[in-house]
Amino acid sequence: MNYKQPLELTGLIANLDAFFREHLSPFWASVVEGLLILLVIVALYAVLALILIYVERKITGFFQSRLGPNRVGKYGSIQSIADMIKILIKEIIHIKRADLFLYYVAPFFVIGSSLMAFGAIPFGKGLQAVDFKMGVLYLIAVSSIGVLGVLLAGWSSNNKYSMLGAMRSGAQTISYELSAAFSLMTVVVLAGTMQLSEIVEGQRYVWNIFNGHIPALIAFLIYLTSGHAETNRGPFDLPEAEGELTAGYHTEYSGIQFGFYYLAEYLNMFIVAAIATTVFLGGWMPIQVHGWDTFNQVMWYIPSYVWFFGKTALLIFLSLWVRWSFPRLRIDILLNLEWKVLLPINLFNIVMMVVIVLAGWTLTDLFPKLFGLA
Amino acid sequence: MDNFLLFVVALLAGVVLVVGGMLIALLISPRSLNFQKGEPYECGLPTHGTSWMQFRVGYYLYAILFLMFDVVTIFLFPWSTVVRELGVTGFVSVLFFIGIMSLGLAYAWKKGVLKWT
Repeated sequence: MNYKQPLELTGLIANLDAFFREHLSPFWASVVEGLLILLVIVALYAVLALILIYVERKITGFFQSRLGPNRVGKYGSIQSIADMIKILIKEIIHIKRADLFLYYVAPFFVIGSSLMAFGAIPFGKGLQAVDFKMGVLYLIAVSSIGVLGVLLAGWSSNNKYSMLGAMRSGAQTISYELSAAFSLMTVVVLAGTMQLSEIVEGQRYVWNIFNGHIPALIAFLIYLTSGHAETNRGPFDLPEAEGELTAGYHTEYSGIQFGFYYLAEYLNMFIVAAIATTVFLGGWMPIQVHGWDTFNQVMWYIPSYVWFFGKTALLIFLSLWVRWSFPRLRIDILLNLEWKVLLPINLFNIVMMVVIVLAGWTLTDLFPKLFGLA
Repeated sequence: MDNFLLFVVALLAGVVLVVGGMLIALLISPRSLNFQKGEPYECGLPTHGTSWMQFRVGYYLYAILFLMFDVVTIFLFPWSTVVRELGVTGFVSVLFFIGIMSLGLAYAWKKGVLKWT
């Protein structure tokens, strides 16, 4: 069945591309398109961060039986814009005893790593900038550069609290990165490809989390946990435990430089949710039921980016819920959880997934008629 | 466009964001000279010594363990894309690999690397 998809942006992008190729030489067309993509990525990044910060503060307010921001604009809706302006007009302080070169370089690592990962996310049909063949590996590689920035920030500040925060963050992030990588690998076994666009395309009839049933579900839960831990939030926010370490690794940063860390933290939360959506929950694919043609058509009318952001928003809400439901963990409990619980489960889980794939026990193999594949 | 060019674009986006933010902040933010501002902020107490010193070894042990398993992921990822093609033969050989790595983790566990004292 070919369903109508009137609200997709693929046509617009193709028209723009044709327009530039017609009026400019191939080299300049590429340059203009590159600049356009750069602009779109940066703008989307900043806007998403502003929205996320507002949403988080508002939802946090409701979780704690208060109103959250409600002074600037209707229901406090432009609070985060006011905050951004305020953070921009704060002085950038030059620390005396710091290693100044590393001190100024560190934000590049943090922001750069999260933006490189951001560029590889398929936001909708045809809305993906970087689409490598080894996309999943690329995402893991790129997002692990961020911890380098955090370590540099903590070390170069020459502040004991920063140092403690950075070391905790380093140990925690690299530990949980393993779980994230292994749980993504479980899905790669199921999907048979690492290219993100193909992983999404392969979920046209049934999402990976259902297709791989038990191991996929375990991998999904482990990915959510470890992704949550990687972003240094929620019960895993030891690196910036404000009660003991003032602000952790960014204690010495002021003004916009602190803002970069803030921005990257929120966007990393988004990126984790987006990867989980892409890999487990079908990415931008709508809900499909084989045989219900009218229903399927209605679902396809909803544009792909709405599906994507809807699913991602759901996972982000889940992460906020977790954040405000559990008390902060101690570092040994935190590391034990990863090395003694999640990692062994994960290794076993991969083996289980391989058995299911090789024995043909995935849902699409067991009931091909149900999905119209036979 | 080529994927590698687009990757460079994404990388440049990060540089543009940081440099742009810094430039705007430098242009519109105030500056005042105060000797006290450059001091490290350690809750108001005067700083004692440097913080570039020897650190707890436990963190580094986790880093070494991480290195081992990170290499495992790099070896396993290419295999995971061709699980169906390689079939049972590939599965059994990778099972050996995972088994040896699990033994490594078990050894580190037994040695008390994972214990936080």
